[in-house]
Amino acid sequence: MIAFLQQNAFWIIAIVKILLLMFIVLTVNAYLTWFERKVVAHIQSRWGPHRVGPHGLLQPAADGLKFLFKEDPTPDGVDRFVYYLAPFLALALSLTALAVIPFAPHPLPFKILGENVYLWITNPDIGLLILFAITALSVYGVALAGWASNSKYSLLGGLRSSAQMISYELALTMSVVGVLLMANTFSLQSIIEQQANAKWGIGILGWNIIAWTHQGLFLPQIVGFICFFTSAIAETNRAPFDLPEAESELVAGFHTEYASFKFAMFFIAEYTAMITVSCLATILFFGGWLSPFPSTPVWHFTYFIPSIALIPFGLWVIYDGLKYETIFGKLILPAVGFAMFGLGAGLVALPAVNDFIQPIFWFTAKIFVFLFFYIWARGTLPRLRYDQLMNVGWKLLLPVSIANVIVTAGVIILRGYR
Amino acid sequence: MSPVLLIFFVLAALAVLGAVSLVLQKHPIHSALSLIVVMVCLAGLYLLMGAEFIAAVQIIVYGGAIMVLFIFVIMLLNAGEEEHTDFSKLAKFAGLPLALALTASLAALVIKPGQSVQGATQALIPKATEQISSMLFKEFVYPFELTSFLILVAIMGALVLAQREKK
Repeated sequence: MIAFLQQNAFWIIAIVKILLLMFIVLTVNAYLTWFERKVVAHIQSRWGPHRVGPHGLLQPAADGLKFLFKEDPTPDGVDRFVYYLAPFLALALSLTALAVIPFAPHPLPFKILGENVYLWITNPDIGLLILFAITALSVYGVALAGWASNSKYSLLGGLRSSAQMISYELALTMSVVGVLLMANTFSLQSIIEQQANAKWGIGILGWNIIAWTHQGLFLPQIVGFICFFTSAIAETNRAPFDLPEAESELVAGFHTEYASFKFAMFFIAEYTAMITVSCLATILFFGGWLSPFPSTPVWHFTYFIPSIALIPFGLWVIYDGLKYETIFGKLILPAVGFAMFGLGAGLVALPAVNDFIQPIFWFTAKIFVFLFFYIWARGTLPRLRYDQLMNVGWKLLLPVSIANVIVTAGVIILRGYR
Repeated sequence: MSPVLLIFFVLAALAVLGAVSLVLQKHPIHSALSLIVVMVCLAGLYLLMGAEFIAAVQIIVYGGAIMVLFIFVIMLLNAGEEEHTDFSKLAKFAGLPLALALTASLAALVIKPGQSVQGATQALIPKATEQISSMLFKEFVYPFELTSFLILVAIMGALVLAQREKK
């Protein structure tokens, strides 16, 4: 048994990593819906979900159960094969995109079955191109769902979204070229590592959004970032660019005719795409797993930021949980709070673990900032009209991102950076 | 059988199946979907050969951009199911023999043990992207620019034709 495991260690570790990542991502997805509803509710002076479990924390589980047990009718006159294929395609592609994202630079400090275990599923030299390839294919999930449903609302939603995604793909790709010119590679890991040589060693100055390197090059990619994030929001069909599913015009757009778990698959695909875009924005423009602080010994106290965040939060969760009457409140919230407190205290006690956790902490923290930004935009901005959408894509974002490429290339050549 | 070989056979079989289904499907959307399967499988085969850049570009350009346009047009025109017709005379007397001849010559090439077939599997080049770009923009820059000029002319021609119909 052990011999078999060791012989096929590479494949077994890969499969386990894939399963683990899918589990984590699907859980994060579920709680992202909770987070979104809470944030939007508070933006609108409401409470949001708060009936199922303390703070509505069990709402995602209730929603998931509802999706599983709902009746799943197939409308008359649909193209059966494509109708069933579309949600699978959408979900599979958005989950595949996560496979090329590197979450931390170092392998786990111990070996499993004699192999180093890195915190990524695969780390190809052309990671960014693979992500764009998957983005290019993910149009099909939406477009085919709209076409196969045999419904006018769905068809219009599908057509709109394919036009939108084709248009914004150009700006999305163009806005990244500036970063690629500076990094000289498609590998996501190298793009992050290249952002580490900051002016005076102050971490945040090296990130591509500011890009002040210690070779004296100063080339902020802020224009590129704004173009990138705007077109990424459009590419993931999120507000204010959620025209494919504009409720007031198209009922629910391309997924009008989908119910039960097939609808949930579109839903999960959309949220996974949000996570992927947040990862990508972090990697390309905000230094990935790099800390924003200098790495000199004076600044070593920044290593305790995860603990400083976790310990008070854990204590607060314990205090908050004790106020509830139910078993969930009395038992589970204090247990979670105690786990957080324990984790925070453990990180102080074990410097080796703390060192290892730093990149992961910064990466997740940045991802959550972008996820919050997504929801913030949804809660704040009104939906664009269709002609406005096309104008923004073709007449504003595309020329601006092309100009960004030309300026970046010009500065790199003039300063003799390469 | 090594995993790589297994993946190769799966991809190759899928590509062939997709190509056959492309011809046999009645509905244009199903045909277009089959073509996407072929494109993606070919990209997978390129990936197995170590041509990562070509594989990604194959999916972005053919699997993504061009086929999305196909599907978009089919959806816009709301094309229905096609009827199967008999072979046209040209296909019967010229097409079929030519297709058979092509298959036979390819099969002969594959069966014959030679450098030309085996060389392709060892093309694992670490800096393939850089080499392709320096080839495109240094050695073959004039043909490359001429091709893009040709595509530009084609786009403008399409625009002119479309505008003329409006009047």
